[in-house]
This record gives sequence, structure tokens and C-alpha cells, in this order.
Amino acid sequence: MDFMNTFRLALRALARNKMRSALTMLGIIIGVGAVIAVVSIGQGANYKVQQGIAAMGTNAVFIAAGSNRAGGVRQGYGGVKTLTVDDMNAILQQIPLIKQAAPSLSNKQQVVYGNQNWNTSVTGTSPNYFDIRSWPVQSGSVFSDDEVGLAANVCVIGTTVANILFVNEDPIGKTFRIGNLPFRVDGVLASKGQSSVGQDQDDVIFAPYTTVQRKIQGITWLQSINASAVSQQASLAAVAPITSLLRERHRLRTGTDDDFLIRTQADIEDLADQTASTMTYLLGGIASVSLLVGGIGIMNIMLVSVTERTREIGVRMAVGATERDVQSQFLVEAVTLSLMGGAIGIVLGLIGSALISNLLSWPTLISGKAIIAAAFFSAAVGIFFGYYPAQKAAQLDPIEALRYE
Amino acid sequence: MAEQTIPSVEQRQAPANAKPVIRLDGVYKTYDLGEVQVQALRGVTLEIYEGEFVAVMGPSGSGKSTIMNILGCLDRPTKGHYFLDGIDVSGMTKSQLAKLRNQKLGFVFQQFNLLARTSALENVELPTVYAGIKPEERERRAMESLTRVGLADRAGHHPSQLSGGQQQRVAIARGLVNRPAILLADEPTGNLDSRTSVEIMDILQTLNDEQGLTIVLVTHEPDIALYAKRNVEFRDGKLRRDIVVQERLIAKEVLKTLPTAEEQAAEDAEDTARQEKLAAEAAK
Repeated sequence: MDFMNTFRLALRALARNKMRSALTMLGIIIGVGAVIAVVSIGQGANYKVQQGIAAMGTNAVFIAAGSNRAGGVRQGYGGVKTLTVDDMNAILQQIPLIKQAAPSLSNKQQVVYGNQNWNTSVTGTSPNYFDIRSWPVQSGSVFSDDEVGLAANVCVIGTTVANILFVNEDPIGKTFRIGNLPFRVDGVLASKGQSSVGQDQDDVIFAPYTTVQRKIQGITWLQSINASAVSQQASLAAVAPITSLLRERHRLRTGTDDDFLIRTQADIEDLADQTASTMTYLLGGIASVSLLVGGIGIMNIMLVSVTERTREIGVRMAVGATERDVQSQFLVEAVTLSLMGGAIGIVLGLIGSALISNLLSWPTLISGKAIIAAAFFSAAVGIFFGYYPAQKAAQLDPIEALRYE
Repeated sequence: MAEQTIPSVEQRQAPANAKPVIRLDGVYKTYDLGEVQVQALRGVTLEIYEGEFVAVMGPSGSGKSTIMNILGCLDRPTKGHYFLDGIDVSGMTKSQLAKLRNQKLGFVFQQFNLLARTSALENVELPTVYAGIKPEERERRAMESLTRVGLADRAGHHPSQLSGGQQQRVAIARGLVNRPAILLADEPTGNLDSRTSVEIMDILQTLNDEQGLTIVLVTHEPDIALYAKRNVEFRDGKLRRDIVVQERLIAKEVLKTLPTAEEQAAEDAEDTARQEKLAAEAAK
């Protein structure tokens, strides 16, 4: 019997008991729906992270002191004292691919104003840092190059610090203490909100790097350099020349590891992508367990169905159905159930993810791959879990079946 | 007259076209139940010709069900041969037998065995589905079959919307839809009341008389057996009697003598009235 015929027979058989068919599909619907929703939300989260990274500037080149290659950028900091402002200037002079650069070093400090105090990170940098990071002030201004030259006790603060220390006052022009030192507020930075890893980006204070080096940390080196290349290709092309320049300046022999870490936009994006993907597929894998359960549900119901329809199977065999005909019919019924369940699950999953994304103001990203995978899995579940009941049906003895009560 | 200890098969006249539709040749059927072996059939030889109307009778355990299963190609003889329309089915695979059933046999069961929640038309269509016929042609043949049993106007009804007699008629239409050589009926009137039973026998007799359909029917009711033309009796796995029916019942005539549904209702009403009158008098 050809496929279309079998399919029509199967469809009619399923339609005879709509309630049961619907309940059987429920497991698959939930399983597929969960997987699709999780993956779509994950993709959306990933997209938001990528956007955050892109906002830093696609031409960004980030150089960190220390060569800890294990994992994330953050582990690049610490202990190494060889990265300096002179390195930065050398890069600016000798590598035309790099348009501008700003130094960076930070640590946590206790800050006090009146009877308010707070513990936050104080970062030393230069005025062009805020250009490179596309971070404007919402009031006041950034400290100037002159103030850097003078190592003046001035700073710009983020909105969180402003709200906590200067509760109802305008911070501009006010003096407060960082550690034991008085600092004047030159400006308040525009709010950036939460970072993609959940950090409050407004809980910051920036001061001239000279001031931070000499007066707050008492060191002559840097933790990192934020640079910006002339173009995105330039940022990628700059990695090699910066590497050899720094290795030369730091007198590193061949065979020794770099004592610095260079990350371009692309690297950061890749890392974030990897992390997000891993998380997404992990969650998706867990959600797939419910797909398995759905398959077991199908098998159970089909077994019950075969038993209930024993007489019917007997009649079909009597009027000419072969074992193969009966097996195909039940197998197609199972696959039809699982595919239909899969389709409904995909639709519901997409709706669900759209709703949740709306709540969290993330974009909903429909992963074509996930949908195709879900469709395949649904079919596979149907075939795998439908096989045993179909076999049972096909192997019934027609005489016994016709006598069945 | 003393009962003969050795029963004999009385002679019949073989019809002019001497090729049998059904030929059983020394058929044995043994069921192996572990320790015990049950001999359901012991050396059965039987020929049925085209156009015959045979009733198969016998008590339970006589082998009449087994014979029907073998005739219906649902079971195979342990020993001996079964020739259906000249074809030896002994060596056939299950799939080949299924095809054979589809082409050459029609089945009617005591319990109708229609598919629930399915229209009469679709029910009748079932054998054509397995014959690989296109949907339009299938519908046409099914309607034709339904018309033959007079139920064309009920084509869309589900079995739950049909009376017992109508359901059995749909089953007969299903059995005929592939134009089989033989109709095998297993206690077709077992679940029907007397009048409906006769109506069904009427249809079978019409199909046999007017269209020359060969019918083999199993029954344990002697009255029903009298509607056939030939009776064969089994006992203990052997064929004991094989006779031409002498005083055959003609269903159409019998129907005239039976009360119709309206007459039946009137009779019931009279009975009820009489009961009430007696009860009223007793209360005085």
C-alpha cells in the first residue's frame, strides 16, 4: 500500500478519537515547546550581549597586562608590572593602525561624602577613554588633559555613585573623599545600566591616571590599555604589530610567553558567543528530556490503542491487510502524532519565547536550526517509540484478534 | 430405524461445470498445546462448486470454526491441501494469503465488526483500500455495493446510527465490494432478532440466486441452515453429513408470515391493556 494511502488511513484513525490523540501529543508539545523557547530566549540573550560588546566600538583593541590565557579577559589582570604609559605612546607612534588609546588601572576604594559612604572601583584613565568607549557625560564635563598633566584630584562619577553619595544634591563641583584624599567632581557620566554579565556599569569613578598612579595606588605601571583602531580590519591587523612591539619593549625572548593579552572586538564577541551557546544548549538539552518523556507517552498510548483495536486489526487482516500494512499504519499514526505535536510545540514555543522576551525586553531570535532539529527529533521520537506498538499490532493472529472481547 | 454406526456421506449431484471453487483434500488440523495435542480436523475432504449455498453445522468443538478459518485462509492445514479457485494455498506466505483474502473472499461476522465512528461508506471501502485502488474508484465501488444491499441512502451514517440488521447489511456490502468468489459468513444472524435474521437470509438468498454468489455459512441454528441449499455437518473433526436441503425455506415467503414492526407494536399494546384490566379487577 503506498504512502499517501497509509497516511490517510492513519489520519482517519487518529481523528476517530480526537481527545486521545490530543492528550497523547501533549508530551511532545511540551517537550518541543520548552526546547524551542529556551533556545530562542538563549539566542536573544546572546544577541543582547553581542550588541553590548558592539557598543564598545567595533574597532576596539584591548591590551591587558599579564598573560593568563585561561578563559576570560578578566583573568588577564594581576601581578604583572611591565605594561606602561610609554608602551601606549610607543604603540600610538609606531603603529598607525591604532587611532587612539587610553590607559587604565583601577582598584576598589572607600569613598565618603558627608554621612554617606560607599565602596566602589576607582579607575585611572585619560579623557579620550570616554571617546573610545562612547560614553558621554550627562552633566558637567570630563577632566582635561591639563588636569592629567597636573595629576589633579578631580574625577567623573557614574550615576549610581552620584545617587548614593550625593543623595539629593547636584554633585558637580562638590568635593568628597576617595580613601583619604579629597576629590572634586567634574562631571556625571550618562547611565549605561547593567552590563551583559549583570554588573552595574554606573557604579564607577574615573580620575586622571596620573593621579591614580601616584596618589591612590602608588604604582608606575598600568593594568590595561583601551585602544581603538582606524577600522575593524585594522583592529584585527594590529594584533601582530602590537605583539611584536610589546615583546621587544619588554625584552621577551623567543619561546617566552607574552606578558600581556590582546583582545580585539572579534575575540570578545567569540567568547561571549561561546558562553551563551554553551548555556543555551545545556538548557536545551535538559528541556529535551521532556521530549523523551513525550515519546514514552506516545508509546504507552499506542500500546493501549493496539489492545483496544485488536478486533479492528483482526478485521483489517481478514479483508486483506498484510503484516506490513498494519505495521505501517500504526507507525505512521505514531509519527503523525509526534510530528503534529512537534509542530504545535514549535508554534507554542515561539509564542512563549516572544512573551518572555517581551517581559525581559530581549529580542526574540528564531533559530532556524533549532526548529529543524525539533522537527527531526519529533519524527525520530515517533518512529522510535511507535515501533514496538506497531510490531505488536502487526504480529497479532487474525483468528485470535477476531475473537477478542 | 437403527442409527447407522458409521455415518455416511449421502450422494449429491455435482453441477455441470465440474470445477470446484473450494476443494479440501484430506485436511488435518492439529493444535499443539504443549502436553496435549488437539486434533480439530481429521481428514476432511470437501468440494464446493460455484453458485452453491452451503450451511456448515455442528456442535462446539466439532471443527466447524476451524474449517471456516481454513476456508478463509486465516489458518493453514497441518496436513492435506486446500485449493481455493484452483490455487493451492498450502505453500503461501502470510502476505500472499492476505492478498488472496482480499481478492477472493468476503467475510461476514456474527458481531458485524464494523469500524466505529466511521461512515458506512468508509466501512464498505475498507477492502478496496488494501487492494490498492484509487480513492474515486473506491468510493464508486463502495456505493455500488451499498446499493446492492439497499442502504445507499445511509452511506454517511455511523454504525451507532444503524440498527443491527442495517449494520449486518453494511458488513455484507463490505464483504462484496471486491467482487469475491465466495462469501464466508460466521453466524451472521447470531446477534439479530427473528425478523431481522430472516431479512438477512433474504439478502443472502437473493445474492446467491440472482448473482450466482457462492456462499458458505456457519450456524448452529437448524432453522437458519434450512435457508441454504446444502447442509454439511461436522462432529469431532470429521465431516458426518452432507445433504441437499429437502424442504428449503424461502425468506421472502417467510417474511410474509412474520408480523411486521407495526403489527408487533399493536400486539404489545393489546397485551399491556389486558394486564392493566386484570390488575384493576384484582384490586377491587
